[in-house]
Amino acid sequence: MNPRSADRGTADRGPQTADRRNAEEVPLPSAVRGPRSDYDVERIRRDFPILSRSIRGRKLVYLDNAATTQKPQVVIDRLVRYYTEENSNVHRGVHYLSEVATADYEAARTTVKKFINARDEKEIVFTRGTTEAINLVAQSWGRVNVREGDEILITAIEHHSNIVPWQLLCEEKKARLRVAPVDDDGDIILDELARLLTPRTRLVAVGHASNALGTINPIAEIIAMAHANGSLVLVDGAQGVPHMSIDVQALDCDFYAFSGHKVYAPTGIGALYGKESILDAMPPWQGGGDMILSVSFEKTTFNALPYKFEAGTPNIEGVIGLAAALDYVSLAGIENIAAHEHDLLTYATGRLREVDGLRIIGTAKRKAAVISFTLEGVHPHDIGTILDREGVAIRTGHHCAQPLMMRFNIPATSRASFAMYNTRAEADALITGLHKVIEVFR
Amino acid sequence: MSDLRELYQQVILDHNKNPRNFREMADATRKVEGFNPLCGDHYTIFLKIDGDVIRDISFVGNGCAISKASTSVMSSSVKGKTREEADALFDVFHKLVTGDKGGDVEDELGRFAPFSGVAEFPTRVKCAILAWHTLKSALHEEKESVTTE
Repeated sequence: MNPRSADRGTADRGPQTADRRNAEEVPLPSAVRGPRSDYDVERIRRDFPILSRSIRGRKLVYLDNAATTQKPQVVIDRLVRYYTEENSNVHRGVHYLSEVATADYEAARTTVKKFINARDEKEIVFTRGTTEAINLVAQSWGRVNVREGDEILITAIEHHSNIVPWQLLCEEKKARLRVAPVDDDGDIILDELARLLTPRTRLVAVGHASNALGTINPIAEIIAMAHANGSLVLVDGAQGVPHMSIDVQALDCDFYAFSGHKVYAPTGIGALYGKESILDAMPPWQGGGDMILSVSFEKTTFNALPYKFEAGTPNIEGVIGLAAALDYVSLAGIENIAAHEHDLLTYATGRLREVDGLRIIGTAKRKAAVISFTLEGVHPHDIGTILDREGVAIRTGHHCAQPLMMRFNIPATSRASFAMYNTRAEADALITGLHKVIEVFR
Repeated sequence: MSDLRELYQQVILDHNKNPRNFREMADATRKVEGFNPLCGDHYTIFLKIDGDVIRDISFVGNGCAISKASTSVMSSSVKGKTREEADALFDVFHKLVTGDKGGDVEDELGRFAPFSGVAEFPTRVKCAILAWHTLKSALHEEKESVTTE
């Protein structure tokens, strides 16, 4: 079935309901579903139009997926269809288009709920991304739950977006930000984390996986430890959702934040999961339309969850595009994607180790397909420029994790990060490019 | 490879490996930090200014080859110069790396020529210009740090 032709014409059949957006009714991407052996990366690649373009006369080798991922045609088409056939504001109009847009917007919430196995749609708040989701918790939950002398515990491996919102909160409340250290492999030292859990620890904020080193943190263990201490846990899932199956109920985390653009959806959209009882007790964050039931100059009554946290006209196209991306990932199979990426991680790590003077930063036992490295005598920025001329896109710099760079006593690294559409041949292209770097510099 | 060879000319690679005036200066009269948050280039420039003349200059820090070589070349070229002469050199260098062919300033000695390839790499212009902005700030302003973001 052609996804595009199947997707078209739905507007003729009346407003879409949540039920009609069930995964089984969504057209299959050309990528074949099913067990690992059927994972056909070449077919998946054909779903991503940008992968067939050339850069500076060379085939694009895109290895900057931890920064953002490319978008499959079904997601791009979904955005076009929204603006071509459905554009309207949500939750307001009684007219046809508004009903369609509202139904699709809310169906997307159901898609997200299922994707991370939340209990209820009320627990899914759409945000601009992970950063906004974390800020929402820091500002709203923090406003009423953190007092002078309280503590927020983070780890040394966090992205700036899971450091700075807590710093701002702690400064405002005269609370204390504490940091659990990592070892030389880039693993959080759990004994130290346990020691830092005190009666004053109100919340532990930890990344599911590190964007800079790839470490997959033992969040289930950390959540259990924190809960035993009476502390809540927020998981920064920006690098978790794209690479592994997420079950927020099994994890029992209190908050889980992620970004759409790192999982093949548009930029500017993400979601915050929060346990209903906790979200319900939190004060609104931003005020505006949609988050109210009634407004007078004397008093405003706030809307129910999740709308209480969605002030103003939301990013409707983003939400709908996010659902299309998650459907696409579900059909390819997140477990298949994880297995494919793990194969690439193992292969690329082995090949990188053969490069003279190359040192991999981050050698944790469990890693997402992210490899940070340094090359003796060559600054990462120079590596990035030379690889770019070879058509290979990687990230160089501190990866928004400056404290982590300091921990490893390096100013920056080069980072190759893989996604569902990358291949071993692309890892080979990276190695070839690195030999060019060495040729220029030695 | 040809445009890469243009960017990474032998002179640049040499200055990167063996930067000139690469040391701290205990008796500096002025000390300014320059950093480029994008890639982490980070240098401290030391100056000994006597009246209007740069008597001595040195630097420490680390960053990419372009930024380090640029800082090294800058330090050699402004030593012994007046503020005004250093400003003129800033203009020459700035025009060269931004590909600005206009104006009447010229790099008479050709000492900046190795950086002409930078203009083809827009994201690297700020690496090349960092040292010069830092110098300018050291000569004219009271700021203690400069960024090229």
